[in-house]
Amino acid sequence: MGAIEVTTVSKRYGTCQALDRISLDIQRGEIYGLIGPDGAGKTTLFRILVTLLLPDSGSARVEGLDVVNDFMAIRQHIGYMPGRFSLYQDLTVAENLDFFATMFGTTVAENYGNIEEIYAQIEPFRDRRAGKLSGGMKQKLALCCALVHHPSVLFLDEPTTGVDAVSRKDFWNMLYRIRESGVTILVSTPYMDEASLCDRISLLQKGRIIETGTPAAIVAQYPHRLFGVSGKPAYPLLKFLRRTPGLLRCFSFGSEHHVAVAPGTIQPAELTTQLQAAGFHDVVVREIEPNIEDCFMELAKEERQES
Amino acid sequence: MKTFFSFIKKEFRHIFRDRRTILIVLVMPVVQIILFGFAVSTEVHNARVDIVGDGNDPAVRQIVERIDQNPYLNVEAVYESVAKVPERFRRGEADVAVCFERNFDERLHHYGKASVRLLGDGSDPNTAQMIVNYVNGVLSDVQGELGAQSDSPQGAFPHVQYMYNPAVRSSYNFVPGVMGLILMLVCSMMTAISIVREKESGTMELLLVSPIRPIGVIISKAIPYLALSLVNLVTILLLARFVLGVPLRGSLLLLSVVSVLFILASLGIGLLISVISSTQKTALLISGMGLTMPTMIFSGIIFPCESMPVVLQYVSDIIPAKWYIIMVKKVMIEGVGFGYIYQEFTILLLMTLFLLAVSVRLFKRRL
Repeated sequence: MGAIEVTTVSKRYGTCQALDRISLDIQRGEIYGLIGPDGAGKTTLFRILVTLLLPDSGSARVEGLDVVNDFMAIRQHIGYMPGRFSLYQDLTVAENLDFFATMFGTTVAENYGNIEEIYAQIEPFRDRRAGKLSGGMKQKLALCCALVHHPSVLFLDEPTTGVDAVSRKDFWNMLYRIRESGVTILVSTPYMDEASLCDRISLLQKGRIIETGTPAAIVAQYPHRLFGVSGKPAYPLLKFLRRTPGLLRCFSFGSEHHVAVAPGTIQPAELTTQLQAAGFHDVVVREIEPNIEDCFMELAKEERQES
Repeated sequence: MKTFFSFIKKEFRHIFRDRRTILIVLVMPVVQIILFGFAVSTEVHNARVDIVGDGNDPAVRQIVERIDQNPYLNVEAVYESVAKVPERFRRGEADVAVCFERNFDERLHHYGKASVRLLGDGSDPNTAQMIVNYVNGVLSDVQGELGAQSDSPQGAFPHVQYMYNPAVRSSYNFVPGVMGLILMLVCSMMTAISIVREKESGTMELLLVSPIRPIGVIISKAIPYLALSLVNLVTILLLARFVLGVPLRGSLLLLSVVSVLFILASLGIGLLISVISSTQKTALLISGMGLTMPTMIFSGIIFPCESMPVVLQYVSDIIPAKWYIIMVKKVMIEGVGFGYIYQEFTILLLMTLFLLAVSVRLFKRRL
């Protein structure tokens, strides 16, 4: 039995299909990522799993308990960190932590071992009001509050949104250590680069799961060859690439453009020649490994074409 | 139980760390009661009275003296012609003119009947009415004395006396009204806002996900405001008794019981508001427009309910504050016991139970 089992869950808000027959099977002690842009339905799925919303159809179980019928029992076992910073801004760090500990019928002292590592980092600010903490500190405090009652499943809705790169790295290291104690972690993020940090992921697009698997497996399924193309001027280059026949897709990706081509149609050297002939300078075309974002773009496009 | 205390402690922290909340909860009541008690008063002090008639007429002189002795009335001028009165009113030099007919004394003693005309400045009808009432009071006193001196029959002045409030002090009316208003405002508005604030800030999501029961959330939210309301109640009563001089004739215990009942009703309304509104602004608007205004208008603080159209009187019946204010007036000013207010008490009790039941029932366990 998995820690979280979701079977064909659908949820609709008015005319907007927020979730469309979602199914997931998440194992104990896994870090499972829900990857998708804003509006993909991540938060809705989280709210259903933490028993805050009812699904229109389908069923979901957390630790073997039904999210509709056994919701009070589920609430004992889970830790939830909502997408927005949701602690009491006018209470201090220590007061927030104490409060959430007692809400779950425990004390900070009893579970100190569970949060020690994270709490040690914000302990120097224990008498500071939560509203006056920096983004990274707030996030650590929120994680402490979600962990203080020793939950067996942790729901983290976009925990790294609005947090700087160093704090994000820190945060992921903390997640790995939490996983070691056997806690199942479901985490959502709009950042594709964080996807590869999860054990398994599901890519979400407009309420549907478009792919599920380990990050490596998803990348391995990428059907095309991928070139990283750079040159000057950059924007006309993108427009030119999109008009060039024989290239499948073309996206701007940081300083480079990612160009997908069908295997065996065109070589990097040929493309370089073409671009130089068209008057672009500093042209570099190199073959690259696809990342999760490339896969997401590819899959999202297929999905759109199908529907 | 520990959860519960911790929750209440947290609520008190919210209240005491927010200067605006403190201002509304603890300072505003004091300011309101003092404002209503002193500044917003329908009493008239030092009304200026003009006398029109023969200043040497013995009976007129006697009456003028009596008017001048009255603490609320000052005689400004004595002149012969009524034609001067409008000019004096327009210049704002006089509030009322007492016009005696010619040969007043003689007519009074020979025919037992002489006429006096009171001219009030109707541009401010409330004030004019008050002043005319004062003058009337003086006139009827004098008449009583004159009647006793001679055996001529008593004239046509009615002798009006207000029981329980002989000086017709407006604070007797305002204090119960303001008590109703303040308790309502503090309990309903602040409870509603404090719950809706948690919805807005997302902390309600965390509370719902925790194993604490909704009823626990509701009670923990209500208790701090209940406590503060009791503090307010004591403050208001002390101010009313020792600063405004409003008597507390009935039983303090009965008044407290009635007040606690009303506080509970207000908490119920606050909870109801918090259920139907999702932002603090909405909650504030609903409690401001939907509660304060009707309470002011329909509870009889400013306008007597009896003079409203019948339809509006029915509307006023569903305002809990109306029943509370009626009871406070009866207990405080008239000093009656429970036997005289049990009807109002029953109505308010039923309202309270209904409000609490509905709001607890509607309080969502999910988003």
